[in-house]
Amino acid sequence: MSVTIKDVEKIAKLAKLKFTEEEKIKLQGEMNEVLGYIDTINQIPGLEDVKPLENINDTENVFREDVSEKCLTKEEALKNAPEKTENFFKVPKVLDK
Amino acid sequence: MYNDYAALRAGLDTGRVSCRDIVGFYLNNINKGKHINAFLLVFSEEALKRADEVDQKLKAGTAGKLAGMVIAVKDVLSLKGYTLTCSSRILKNLEALYTATAIQRLLDEDAIIIGKTNCDEFAMGSSNENSAYGNVLNPLDNSRVPGGSSGGSAAAVAADMCMVSLGTDTGGSIRQPAAFCGISGLKPTYGRISRFGLTAFASSFDSIGPFAKNIHDAALVLEVMAGKDKNDSTSVDHRVESYSIGLNDFNLKGAKIGVISDLDESALQVEIKDTLNRTIEMLRSKGAQIVAVELPNLKYSIQAYYILTTAEASSNLARFDGARYGLRAKDSAVLEDMYVNSRTEGFGAEVKRRIMLGTYVLSHGYYDAYYRKAQKVRRLIKEDFQRVFKETDFILAPTTPTTAFKLGEKTNDPLAMYLNDIYTTSSNLSGNPAISIPAGEDSSGLPIGLQIIGKDFDETGILKLGNCIISNS
Repeated sequence: MSVTIKDVEKIAKLAKLKFTEEEKIKLQGEMNEVLGYIDTINQIPGLEDVKPLENINDTENVFREDVSEKCLTKEEALKNAPEKTENFFKVPKVLDK
Repeated sequence: MYNDYAALRAGLDTGRVSCRDIVGFYLNNINKGKHINAFLLVFSEEALKRADEVDQKLKAGTAGKLAGMVIAVKDVLSLKGYTLTCSSRILKNLEALYTATAIQRLLDEDAIIIGKTNCDEFAMGSSNENSAYGNVLNPLDNSRVPGGSSGGSAAAVAADMCMVSLGTDTGGSIRQPAAFCGISGLKPTYGRISRFGLTAFASSFDSIGPFAKNIHDAALVLEVMAGKDKNDSTSVDHRVESYSIGLNDFNLKGAKIGVISDLDESALQVEIKDTLNRTIEMLRSKGAQIVAVELPNLKYSIQAYYILTTAEASSNLARFDGARYGLRAKDSAVLEDMYVNSRTEGFGAEVKRRIMLGTYVLSHGYYDAYYRKAQKVRRLIKEDFQRVFKETDFILAPTTPTTAFKLGEKTNDPLAMYLNDIYTTSSNLSGNPAISIPAGEDSSGLPIGLQIIGKDFDETGILKLGNCIISNS
């Protein structure tokens, strides 16, 4: 498996990042080097029969009573907003029309 | 000035010294060591004010168990009312709205927080060269890195800018800088300390832990921070031991210490290998039983680690989009552009590289080939440890393949940088506690760290053995 420039562009779009042509070439090289190293896990015998480890400790679902607790106020939640209007976060328009 | 907190506390309790004196001493060292760039924020006035409050409590006999202990915290941890930058441009002016549980528990015992320390951006890095606010220098040799990602926290303790500091360890980010700076650094068992208020990098790996010049102080702050927290559902409800009590009474006779016989030593500096061997001989001569153990899947830990942590990071860092907080790029015509431009301007190169890798391994067609497989490897590594810990109480290993390297030496080679974590990532994959302790010096006088890995929740054991090795070397 080798990463192409097209892959870099597709992944960048998914990750919501933008790169110059030069950066794309550099990233392609670096990703291929790291992924090439990572590919050695395919040498592990019998890996297909191993169950994936999803939880690192034995905790099960942690529930609490469904009652409201103290949380951030509107003022606090909006405190770091780059732009706001009244009680809302303000963002640019969604569609360019 | 004081070798450990117990000595300081004796001075405070008898009135020979005040918290104000102590804070003044550390502030002076921070000022003298500005070129190290260990701190992003110093609480000069607030710390002195708090010192006076704690002095009053000491006089009244109501002071907590960490009264007057001066602590610095890595700037990925929230402290209400202060900036939380994660060493990233994207959070340059973010004001934290709440305090991390780990910090709150220290404050409740009257510790004094002196500032927030520099680190690699979002804790991604092994040299502290990925901070948007400049490199941290190794206080022992300014041409070298302090290690990373918790480089500022390690440097601050090594340069006597605080007594203890907090770091975070996702793949070695406490242990490796501790080794490079000649101090002790503890990564507790996963879930031992609440992650509430810690900016997530890879949630199933991240652990908060202390740096200190001696084991007693590390044990004391662990004791205060550990325990279940309702705000972190992955924190574990396991009994918190009095880690700081009885550290000196450890009997090496009968202790089983594992040495990894199939460890990859291809890049291991000879002097580190010699230090390891000398320590093994010392332990054997004092009655410890040295057990050869095999961890056949250890050689796949970096691979599994970089698949899983970049995947988790790509998902965790999706929240930084310029909408609700953090940097928003100017002049974006539509919402989508705002997301893309803010992230592109706000994140540094290494963070982008990891988001790209993580997005790739989670993307359609590659999920099973990478992510799923890495989860399987994680199980194999965890099972390796579980099996080995039936034969032995501890594993003794190097912390790093080399001593502190030069600034700029590995910045153009991400893979070489990643391989620096070759001995540390495994205990984040398995969740086991591990500590790096200073164990010697190489021929250039740079510190060598050794690592003790313990059974799940046996922080007491690794602290005791670490203390024993330090006092015998």
